Amino acid sequence: MPRKKHLPVDQERLALLRSSRVEPVPGRCVQCGLCSWNCPTGIDVRGFARRGLPIDDARCLKCGTCVARCPRAVLQFSPVPRAIA
Amino acid sequence: MTHHVLVGSGIAALSAAEAIRGADAAARITLVSDETGPFYSRPGLAYLLTGAIPERQLSIRSKAEVSALSIKRISARAEQLWPARHELRLSDDSILGYDRLLIATGAASIAPVFPGADLDGVVLLDGVDQARDFVGRAKKAQSAVVIGGGSTAIELAEGLQARGVQAHYFLRGDRYWSRVLDAEESALVEAGLARTGVAVHRRTEVVRVLGRNGRVVAVETSHGDTLKCQLVAVAIGVRPRVTLADEAGLEVDRGIVVSERMESSAADVFAAGDVAQAFDPALGRAVLDTLWSAAAEQGRVAGLNMAGRPTVFHRHVALNVTQLGDLVTTVIGEVGGSEDPDLITITRGQSEAWSGATEGTTLVRHDATDRIRIHINDRTILGAVIMGDQALSLPLTRLIANRVDITPIRDTLIERPEMLASTLLDFWHSLTPWDHAPPYDHHARLAG
Repeated sequence: MPRKKHLPVDQERLALLRSSRVEPVPGRCVQCGLCSWNCPTGIDVRGFARRGLPIDDARCLKCGTCVARCPRAVLQFSPVPRAIA
Repeated sequence: MTHHVLVGSGIAALSAAEAIRGADAAARITLVSDETGPFYSRPGLAYLLTGAIPERQLSIRSKAEVSALSIKRISARAEQLWPARHELRLSDDSILGYDRLLIATGAASIAPVFPGADLDGVVLLDGVDQARDFVGRAKKAQSAVVIGGGSTAIELAEGLQARGVQAHYFLRGDRYWSRVLDAEESALVEAGLARTGVAVHRRTEVVRVLGRNGRVVAVETSHGDTLKCQLVAVAIGVRPRVTLADEAGLEVDRGIVVSERMESSAADVFAAGDVAQAFDPALGRAVLDTLWSAAAEQGRVAGLNMAGRPTVFHRHVALNVTQLGDLVTTVIGEVGGSEDPDLITITRGQSEAWSGATEGTTLVRHDATDRIRIHINDRTILGAVIMGDQALSLPLTRLIANRVDITPIRDTLIERPEMLASTLLDFWHSLTPWDHAPPYDHHARLAG
């Protein structure tokens, strides 16, 4: 009987992704649009970067494609800030 | 109703238009430019050259955003300015009056002077039209020669390689971009270029370009060799387009001299972006730079002042990020640098503020893939060059911009250069105990 195969799950990575979001570092972006062009779900990442806002979009997979594709290291994963009481 | 006329269509002019419209819904805004397409990201042209993005992706505003600005666009060049009469003459010989004028004509690439420079196939890169033309030529070429320095020369070489053209990059001296980089940094970039297939020729100059039927077929080098090529791409520097202002009698040094409100010496005439030479209170002198974010901010400040909202341009620390070879490189503040035989003037994406001559100590940490160089004086970090891993990029930007007193870690930095990165990061974390590093508006907390 064939053994049941499990897909490897990187728990550490999942935990990091759950608690993080993609954010632009101010002052670095030149609006080239590589991030938006490569986003697999079609988010206007460049628009967020222009306004200096974190990528707050339900479609974001946190796949890191925009982070990796940005030629100027504008985007980074940052911890989601704790709620302020 | 105030009539604002903006000359130029780059990020400075667009930012000014947005600031004016935000401040005055009724203002009349006219934009004069011989570029008639959508507003685009000039630094993004590098990725059009490599084919990483299509041209339409360079557009930086949606149609709805542009139409909400209610700008009248005139396709023409501004040929003559009469500041006393508040009038412009355009290239179609029409006369355009203004209440407030912004000159945001940018900077133009300097053409080479060697024999054969006028042959078809000797190209410069200024705008999207030239980028499109360059891509078309690259599709038909087998090999090309690139001369010049700074990030534009690299973008041209990499664009060629990405399209299957063998790029030969000629350096007059021993190394790349000595105006900004030190010898090790230059070597890292050159190694990265070699990995992408670019042939780097040191101590080599173009003596003349050889043509047939008016087209480039080869160059003759300073070593007496002939190298076959169909393209010669030139990035030896840019000069602010000051003719309009100069002929009108405005105060012009290398760029149009402007106050901290971006006002020129003529009443109701402003300048912003690459064409403007703005006073830097920190350096005590007026400097040119060709940085996109500075141009956007100057445009915004000019627009607000034009709309009657007094605003001062605060020069943030001069910063640019660029991909050099296969290394992301951030240059911040004063980093020194020496003569650069490959560049006649400043290049795009550069600031004169980087080449400050302040006395100081240089510290370097270098491992297999990354390199950090900082330049410090007795109390503060003056500048930094960060190659590869960018984890220290944001902390260093803020430490430099805020002139944070580094006395507590200065000795450790000097005595333990191998610990440079961790010393700086620990220090940064001790200053920013909050979880989530806030953006620039928290500068005051740091500086205080």
